Amino acid sequence: MRFSFLFSIILTATLVLCACSREQRTFRNPPPFEQTLNTIQVSGLNPGANPIATPAPPNTYEESAYATAEGQKLFDQFNCSGCHFHGGGGIGPPLMDNNWIYGSEPGNVFATIMQGRPNGMPSFRNRIPESQAWEIVAYVRSLSGLLPKDVSPGRADDMNAYPSPQSMPKQTPIGVTGNPEQP
Amino acid sequence: MAISEPIVVPKRDDVERLAQAWRQPSGFRGWFSNVHHTAIGTRYMVTAFIFLGLGGILAGLMRIQLAQPENGFLSPDTYNQFFTIHGSTMIFLFAVPMMFQGFGLYLVPLICGTRNIAFPRLAAFSYYMYLGGGMLLWIGLLTNTGADAGWFSYVPLAGPAFSPGKRVDFWAQMITFTEVSALATAVCIAVTILRHRAPGMTLNRMPIILWEKLVISFMIIFAMPSIMVVSGMLLLDRLVGTQFFNPAEGGDALLYQHLFWFFGHPEVYIIFLPGTAIVSTLVPVFTRRHIFGYTWIIVSVVATGFLGFGVWVHHMFATGIPQMSASFFTAASLIIVIPTASQFFCWVATIWNGRLQPRIPMLWIFGFFFVFLIGGLSGVMLASVPVDWQVHDTFFVVAHFHYVLIGGALFPMFAGLYYWLPKITGRMMNGAMCHWHFWLFFIGFNLTFFTMHFLGLRGMPRRIYTYSPDMHWNGLNMLATCGVVFMTAGLIVFLVNFFHSKTYGKLAGNNPWAAGGLEWATPSPPPHYNFAELPTVNGREALWDAEPDQPIVVGLRDDVPEVLVTNTLDSDPEYKEEAAGPSIWPFLTAFAVSAAFVGSIFTAWAIPVGAPPVIVTLIGWLWPRGHSPSPHLEAAKRLGHG
Amino acid sequence: MFGFSPSTNRPALTAFYQAASLNPGQHSALHAAAPQAAHIEWLYWAIFWICFGAFVLTVAAFARGSARTYIPQAEPLPPIKEHPNDRKAVWCVGGAIAVTVLSLFAVLFMSVVTGKQVEGATAERNVLTIQITGHQWWWEAQYPNSQADQTITTANEIHVPVGRRVMVLTNSADVIHSFWAPSITGKRDLVPGYSSAFAFQVDKPGSYHGQCAEFCGLQHAHMGFAVIAEPEDQFEEWERQQIAPARDPSTPEELRGRQVFLTHACVMCHTLRGTDAASRVGPDLTHIASRKMIAAETLPNTRGALAGWISDPQIIKPGNRMTPNPMQPDDLQDLITYLGSLQ
Repeated sequence: MRFSFLFSIILTATLVLCACSREQRTFRNPPPFEQTLNTIQVSGLNPGANPIATPAPPNTYEESAYATAEGQKLFDQFNCSGCHFHGGGGIGPPLMDNNWIYGSEPGNVFATIMQGRPNGMPSFRNRIPESQAWEIVAYVRSLSGLLPKDVSPGRADDMNAYPSPQSMPKQTPIGVTGNPEQP
Repeated sequence: MAISEPIVVPKRDDVERLAQAWRQPSGFRGWFSNVHHTAIGTRYMVTAFIFLGLGGILAGLMRIQLAQPENGFLSPDTYNQFFTIHGSTMIFLFAVPMMFQGFGLYLVPLICGTRNIAFPRLAAFSYYMYLGGGMLLWIGLLTNTGADAGWFSYVPLAGPAFSPGKRVDFWAQMITFTEVSALATAVCIAVTILRHRAPGMTLNRMPIILWEKLVISFMIIFAMPSIMVVSGMLLLDRLVGTQFFNPAEGGDALLYQHLFWFFGHPEVYIIFLPGTAIVSTLVPVFTRRHIFGYTWIIVSVVATGFLGFGVWVHHMFATGIPQMSASFFTAASLIIVIPTASQFFCWVATIWNGRLQPRIPMLWIFGFFFVFLIGGLSGVMLASVPVDWQVHDTFFVVAHFHYVLIGGALFPMFAGLYYWLPKITGRMMNGAMCHWHFWLFFIGFNLTFFTMHFLGLRGMPRRIYTYSPDMHWNGLNMLATCGVVFMTAGLIVFLVNFFHSKTYGKLAGNNPWAAGGLEWATPSPPPHYNFAELPTVNGREALWDAEPDQPIVVGLRDDVPEVLVTNTLDSDPEYKEEAAGPSIWPFLTAFAVSAAFVGSIFTAWAIPVGAPPVIVTLIGWLWPRGHSPSPHLEAAKRLGHG
Repeated sequence: MFGFSPSTNRPALTAFYQAASLNPGQHSALHAAAPQAAHIEWLYWAIFWICFGAFVLTVAAFARGSARTYIPQAEPLPPIKEHPNDRKAVWCVGGAIAVTVLSLFAVLFMSVVTGKQVEGATAERNVLTIQITGHQWWWEAQYPNSQADQTITTANEIHVPVGRRVMVLTNSADVIHSFWAPSITGKRDLVPGYSSAFAFQVDKPGSYHGQCAEFCGLQHAHMGFAVIAEPEDQFEEWERQQIAPARDPSTPEELRGRQVFLTHACVMCHTLRGTDAASRVGPDLTHIASRKMIAAETLPNTRGALAGWISDPQIIKPGNRMTPNPMQPDDLQDLITYLGSLQ
């Protein structure tokens, strides 16, 4: 009896305690990014003394393990792996290292997918729906350990000659981030 | 209403000392250090009953969702979590802990005529592990981390690619908790039965319930490692990136199913053998005769224990098993009908050639006969490969296993509760409320689950969160949902009856049913030393066969908790052994182990960081303390030297 | 041809079933339309009656035994060790066990024979082979042909000719699914990493519903399919139609619709043979207008349903892999017009 009492107290306490965004599986949440892509800074160079202020929009999808895992599937299905392979690069640059040519912030990666980049990265604007693009962004960032380990996907159910994002060491981005250091 | 007073046992010096020696801490301290088997057994039963209620609530919510086509009451995500947690709760947190651990720990030492379970601290540890596993699963559900891949979590769906997040990790780690707990209890119960039986209770006089508990203990010891391996492999795949179940890398999705069902099918017998044990115990009591066909029943039970390991593939007939091996497993699944049928025939013969004096527990035995028979016979249909191809994974199967598990475990459980609660609480249950409880539950149960046979044959697969009105399943589904109302009402009547009778019921006395088991030779509720005078046994029904001058065991110290160890075959006394007293260490160990288990879901560091506390607590637990000094000897010494 | 000559219409036996089911439909294990399901239906009833007999006998013995020895006396009687009739009871129990063993042998024998009949791939010529691949949460059906451009790829609606043996090869793209059309034959799991084969043959023309029977995730409930059995000439007509590439747009609206398809997210997942759309993530839409239902037999293939599905599939099948597609109304109208023209 007394045990059950204690037990029910603990259960009720945890109910109030925790609402876990890691396990969130909402299928119709709006994509997090509303502003125009042109304000995203993709290079450390800028005209004049004052850098353009680039707010780094948070990617709410990165808090959800489900959305990140969807990104992992889409990465293959939309043939990102055709050039970047499973993060190690080949035709396109590797994604699992700490080198970010156009910035590592979610907004930068999103802009890269949407706008395309010189030397081969096509633009997927109007092709990949924004919500799915953000899922891919979350996965791409997990490839270099920029996402918490409990959100990052485990190994995929296919040939697996690469480490799972979950076990990638966290890397400090080099290159343009959302707020590049000014001299 | 006059509340009758408990009978006061006449005070005797040696009994006083015995009570002192076997004293267990009570109150808040008792929660963490009481190691007496009655306390642990009660904890198991209460906790398991709470989980039954919680699992039942989920079932009710699912039935509301299915009552109408295209219902929006639960989202698919919630529904999937609910049925997974419902199944896992009922199997791992209710059925086995209640039927095996709860009844087993409470009753086995009493029926053996000993003063405590063997390894009482291990038994206490097993309870804390079980509680930890249950809380892990349910805290998971309440924080939206409820597993959602079904109670058998088939890969690849439960694998890392298709179940992201921590949901399935929580489920798999819950398995580890409950299996550690079940294994620990199985060891305690097997050793108690083999080495702590009262003198005279030779193997061929052992009550059937002890035989069944022994068989189940061994089944657990052989079956549980299989699921611990498979849930461990699943966790490794998910957390470490191993490839056990990844077909592209040479892993195997069917390997998971084989390993899971190698545990999963014996598990069914682990759940319903305690039920048949209760029937075999109660039928002779209420027909006022020894059971008919004692040997046949024992042989059946042992045969079930062996055959139970040979039928697991009948859960996988639809995977495309070759004809030859499928036929083999059909044969095995049909052979296992024979021992169960033999038990049925022996019970019928016992009643036929007995003198039936039914009391309230017998009502539930009647219910068991009816319900379990239907479940067993639909099992014969499922054993046939072609029929299984049609009804596998449909509501027909849902109906079948609810008939088997509710019929084989819940009905006997209520029979057992009405029978043994007077021993546990010291007061009789109310008969009228028992009738209400039974008929509400019985009607509701058949309403809900019999209709599911038709739904299955008409093509309704299991685990769908909704269905189209074009399928014409709505009428039967609505009927099934209505049955839940009756079942719920029945359970509420039981709870009212329990809480009312616990305080206001008629006093039970030692042996209200004039039964023959040794558990009735001691006051209700039993004191911590169980028996003031350790009994000896002269026949299969100890109290019925006792001589007027049946000897008692003498020579055990009354100032130190001592138990008698007898040999396995003839239960001849071999030596006496000091029993472990109350201790906080099992709780601390369970806590340390739980922390390591739960932590390992989140980080690999939990293993190296979590291991030292486990080692420290184990050292604390196993630290040699020598024998307790006898206060008399101490007093004598003081006198001598002073 | 069939050892037990099962009949698909047994009025006496199905009377019980008819009474118990409120709306007998075609989606039923006890409404066989194919010899495979008919064999199983026969076996089901055979075992059912054996079990029913066992049930009646056991309950009768139990009730009779209880009634004849019932003693309504409150005071417990002194227990007895044996009853004078126990020796007789040994023979009765032994006899009952013997009868059980014999009935179980009968069940085993019938099961093995029926299993052979259901599975028995009699070497018939002119077998139609269909490769079924399970996806979360739809079915891909391919009719392989050694000539690649003669291969048919469709989704969810599986056309078969009446009276011809159909060999199904199973495969899964992701998790385990189970292919089950109860009126045709028993189910078969689609296990990734294993390919297996089974055969059936439909004798009566018609459309038979099927559904995924192995839990496969969020939309397991909406993973239906249809087996459409047609006479041979109709089937050949259908084959010819499916082999052709997507029809060219014939009106300006259709032309714009195709433009919309090729410049929106559609192109990332779907195939329209004969155009640039060639992705294999979602169902092949080359001949979508020839299907009766969309979204794995969830919605009828009408303009309204298609518009609702394209705009927000997550309302209809929450969690499925297609995202909402906010579009300009006239874009959507033209797209639907174009899809509607893809016979």
